[in-house]
Amino acid sequence: MEQHTQSTEVTFHHEPGEGTKRIWKTFWILLFITVIELALGFTMYLVPDMAHFLVLFLKGVIVILSLAKAFYIVSIFMHLGDEIRNMIMTIVVPLMLFVWFIGAFLWDGNAWRTNRNRYDPAMEIKTTQGPVQKSDTSVHPLH
Amino acid sequence: MATAAATRTNWWNGGRSPFNVEYGKLMMWYFLMSDAFTFGAFLISYGTIRFSQNFWPNPNEVFNAFPGAGHANLPLAFVSLMTFILIMSSVTMVLAVHEGHHNNKKGVIKWLAWTIVGGFAFLACQAWEWTHLITGEHAVLSGNTIDVIGQTTRHNPWGPLVHNTASISAALQNTPHETLVQLAHGINHSTGHEQLEAMNQSQLLSIVNEGIAKGELHVREAGPVAFGGFFYGITGFHGFHVLSGVCINIVMLLMTMNGVFEKRGHYLMIEKAGLYWHFVDLVWVFVFLCFYLI
Repeated sequence: MEQHTQSTEVTFHHEPGEGTKRIWKTFWILLFITVIELALGFTMYLVPDMAHFLVLFLKGVIVILSLAKAFYIVSIFMHLGDEIRNMIMTIVVPLMLFVWFIGAFLWDGNAWRTNRNRYDPAMEIKTTQGPVQKSDTSVHPLH
Repeated sequence: MATAAATRTNWWNGGRSPFNVEYGKLMMWYFLMSDAFTFGAFLISYGTIRFSQNFWPNPNEVFNAFPGAGHANLPLAFVSLMTFILIMSSVTMVLAVHEGHHNNKKGVIKWLAWTIVGGFAFLACQAWEWTHLITGEHAVLSGNTIDVIGQTTRHNPWGPLVHNTASISAALQNTPHETLVQLAHGINHSTGHEQLEAMNQSQLLSIVNEGIAKGELHVREAGPVAFGGFFYGITGFHGFHVLSGVCINIVMLLMTMNGVFEKRGHYLMIEKAGLYWHFVDLVWVFVFLCFYLI
């Protein structure tokens, strides 16, 4: 198959593998997860006055489903799951920086909003249709 | 998966890849990591700006069109089609790589061709989406007049709905004839454009006011300008990756058809192109998530 002609640095080769069953199974998993995501997104659209925490919860579920899709694409389609464990780590561990990255910057963006709501009168006038809630200003609201 | 051969292999003493993988493939992985951070930074900056705003357009109101469906309200429909096309093309790419593992030249050609078709289909869809957004006609209350604008990098027509009918009426008095024709045309599709142009101000005003009263015409304030820059910038950057991926796949197809890999004895190059293509699909999963779903 792809033996000695491939490259000298490769010590051993994967066997090419049984068939395409794993690939199609993954396709159906991805399709199923996507349909669930769309259903949840559509639900958020159809229910008019959903409680804020419920909207956040559904968005959280959708994000986790997308991460699951990412796992399947990277592990099975890109075959990273078949590689040597230490190599997988060189890819996955640095990407964990995203956890801090996302949290820190969304927190920052929110801080800008609450600070501007508190200190910048133009922000309240130009971007909201009513007075800003006191809870929507920075952590220690003015009395 | 095995981490060492049967006898203790010295992985780190040189002369072999310590990860048992060809150099080009490993480097493709590290390039994809850098690209992942680039797209991640773009999407996170989008999230930061979105979190810094009191108001942001509802994606289900912005992205609700479908080619051929006219003005039907179909949120999430078109983007679902685009996602399905890209996932399908990822599947055909894996199948092409799989055929490469079995040194089946015909199989590789077949599945690579389908992957290229999928890529072009996705690009066509994205082009339609952009065109529809840029040329869309939406009524925006700006100052003391009504403007009809589309979504560009400098203008966003999806601000909060204007409920103050008095300010709308006042603004309509100051609106030029040409704009009133556009507004009327958007409401009443049966009346021809020339007929509308021939009407005078008060005739057009009555059509527009009727449309507003019936809820067929919505007037909004101007929305956050940043929306356009982020949407076109990020989907454009992704679309550029899709385009370059399609070009790479076409080159791969030609090389396969010319027997280049047959002579080499392996289809590793297809595998590396495959990694790039799957990455493009992966990025779309998150672009679709951030702009359309949450």
